[in-house]
Amino acid sequence: MKASHVIDKTDYIMELQNIQKWFPVRKQGLKEIFTAQRSWVKAVDGVSFGIRRGEIFGLVGESGCGKTTTGKLIMKLEEPTAGKMTLDGNDVTHISRQELERYRRNVQMVFQDPYASMNPRFKIRDVLAEPLIIHKMGKDRTEREVAIKKALEEVRLIPPEDFMERFPHMLSGGQRQRAATARSLILSPKIIVADEPVSMIDLSTRAEILHTMRAVQRDLQLTYLYITHDLSTARYFTDRIAVMYLGKIVEMGDPNSVIDHPQHPYTQALIAAVCEPIAGKVNRIKEVPIKGEIPSAANIPQGCRFHPRCVFAQESCWTQPEPELVESGEEHMVACSLWKEIREGKITKS
Amino acid sequence: MGKILEVQNLKLHYFTSKGIVRAVDDISFFLNEGETLGVVGESGCGKTTMAVALLKMPTPPGRIVGGQIIVDGQNIMSLNETVMRRKIRWEKISMVFQGAMNCLTPAYTIGRQMMETLQEHREMEKDEAMERIKKYLSYVGLSHDVIRRYPHELSGGMKQRVVIATALFLEPKVVICDEPTTALDVVVQAQIINLLKELKEKLKLSFIFITHDLATEAEVSDRIMVMYAGKIAEIGTNQQIYGEQGPMHPYTKRLLGATPRLHENVEELAFIKGTPPDLLMPPQGCRFHLRCPEVMDVCSKEEPPLEEIESDHMVACWRCRS
Repeated sequence: MKASHVIDKTDYIMELQNIQKWFPVRKQGLKEIFTAQRSWVKAVDGVSFGIRRGEIFGLVGESGCGKTTTGKLIMKLEEPTAGKMTLDGNDVTHISRQELERYRRNVQMVFQDPYASMNPRFKIRDVLAEPLIIHKMGKDRTEREVAIKKALEEVRLIPPEDFMERFPHMLSGGQRQRAATARSLILSPKIIVADEPVSMIDLSTRAEILHTMRAVQRDLQLTYLYITHDLSTARYFTDRIAVMYLGKIVEMGDPNSVIDHPQHPYTQALIAAVCEPIAGKVNRIKEVPIKGEIPSAANIPQGCRFHPRCVFAQESCWTQPEPELVESGEEHMVACSLWKEIREGKITKS
Repeated sequence: MGKILEVQNLKLHYFTSKGIVRAVDDISFFLNEGETLGVVGESGCGKTTMAVALLKMPTPPGRIVGGQIIVDGQNIMSLNETVMRRKIRWEKISMVFQGAMNCLTPAYTIGRQMMETLQEHREMEKDEAMERIKKYLSYVGLSHDVIRRYPHELSGGMKQRVVIATALFLEPKVVICDEPTTALDVVVQAQIINLLKELKEKLKLSFIFITHDLATEAEVSDRIMVMYAGKIAEIGTNQQIYGEQGPMHPYTKRLLGATPRLHENVEELAFIKGTPPDLLMPPQGCRFHLRCPEVMDVCSKEEPPLEEIESDHMVACWRCRS
């Protein structure tokens, strides 16, 4: 399925340039009040990437790395502190209320918990009709009905007549998440943001949902932003992935290349830590090449933000300014000033 | 290597207004001294209920309706609540609960919470108790100044370590860990798994490790027990389940097939059609037969017994017997 799918590598539907989102921290000391000193939690601290038309772009990272905030920025649930965002070439960094309504029609979301994201008193028919009513799409009831049926068929909830009459509690987790996908599809958006859409779902049905979501994406030429902490599903599901650490992208590229040949020390540690269902690992202590714990986003280290935890860190890592993303291979970018030396084995682990 | 824990025909049912939910329905297994037994299954398969039953602490409206639990040679089924609390729970068999990080009281310091548990069970001078707390904190890789800190000052991984230390410092024989790594990030997850392995060696513990994730289980458990809809589907050694030959029960096979592997580039992930059955009315015969691609006539009529197919390998499936 992946191979037959062609994506134009220069056609970016959405672009983020140096986007930042800082949240102010309220301190209660007198000094802060009188001197108007402010400190910030830098949840997203200079993120740049583009999403290509028709691809599934994965954003992976640990909790607190800023991946969900990035998703919210794209959804326009948060206003960026700085930077620039474009959708189809139009600047959408700061937009008015009217524009926002149109924007939301183009950018839809699938939420994490299919149990909590639907009104339990709505039938699936009403769940799917709501976005149409809000966005004034479809002239009358019958026209909306046709759109609802089509959307349900697209996510393989067949026969749609039957599913329309059901309440959310009458669906299984997998069917519910498909109904949620149908709800976001119904406005024919340009981008769908899916924030951990399968993390609440049991393993045996998880693959089924990802499978349907991808089949629908391929059929309708949709673009997804897939936010997850799970590298294994990201590899299967996405066309490109970006790994975030403490508000910045540290590595980005083709999922196979990033996972099989990680170049950033953080990605290497992350991949080493993932459990795999293979025999003969019980009596071994697993080596994870990373030090300490993740620092607070309110207190980001100088220089490369990963250096205090990096096993390869040299003095230059904290005295020099932070490394930017650079091309390190075909469809592979890394933000580490020592990536070449690490790959060639010139630096030993400390 | 003797059996430290033996469970026979254990049943725990929930008596709800809608009927009886047979969450744990007639299961028998054992745990050898010094081994880790992994319990895997999807949500609602009864794995947490089983763990709670081992401590004789069912959540109402649940009730243990039958079976024997033998811990360290002693049958605990006949013991009353006071004896259970004083002599068994945390003394012989302790538990690290699911979402253990939220088990800590936010208003007490870590030291005070740990002290409380210790003094409830042991007549100990404060200094002596403090010494023991410090000893176990260093076992789990925490510095002593954690004692004066409050839970909100610690990270998720540190809180999990505190809870593990609390589960260990009365020197139990068996420790049940219910999804101890699920809410943690991968890197922290790997660190906690390493910690549990080290402690097992050092303190000669036996673990029951409950998770929904077959991948985690492969790295932790010597033997794996797969549960489906309140029943045991398969028990096998790590090698038998994850090795060349692979598992035998169709459910385990499919579940393993649905587990994504990081270093394999697959085009299609497998999945199991349908959903687990409603335990109010489990299907007749084998509980998996409605979703099973290898179903036979007998499967819908009679329930397959758990039988030893090869040494250490028990499977409850008609197909595997024929």
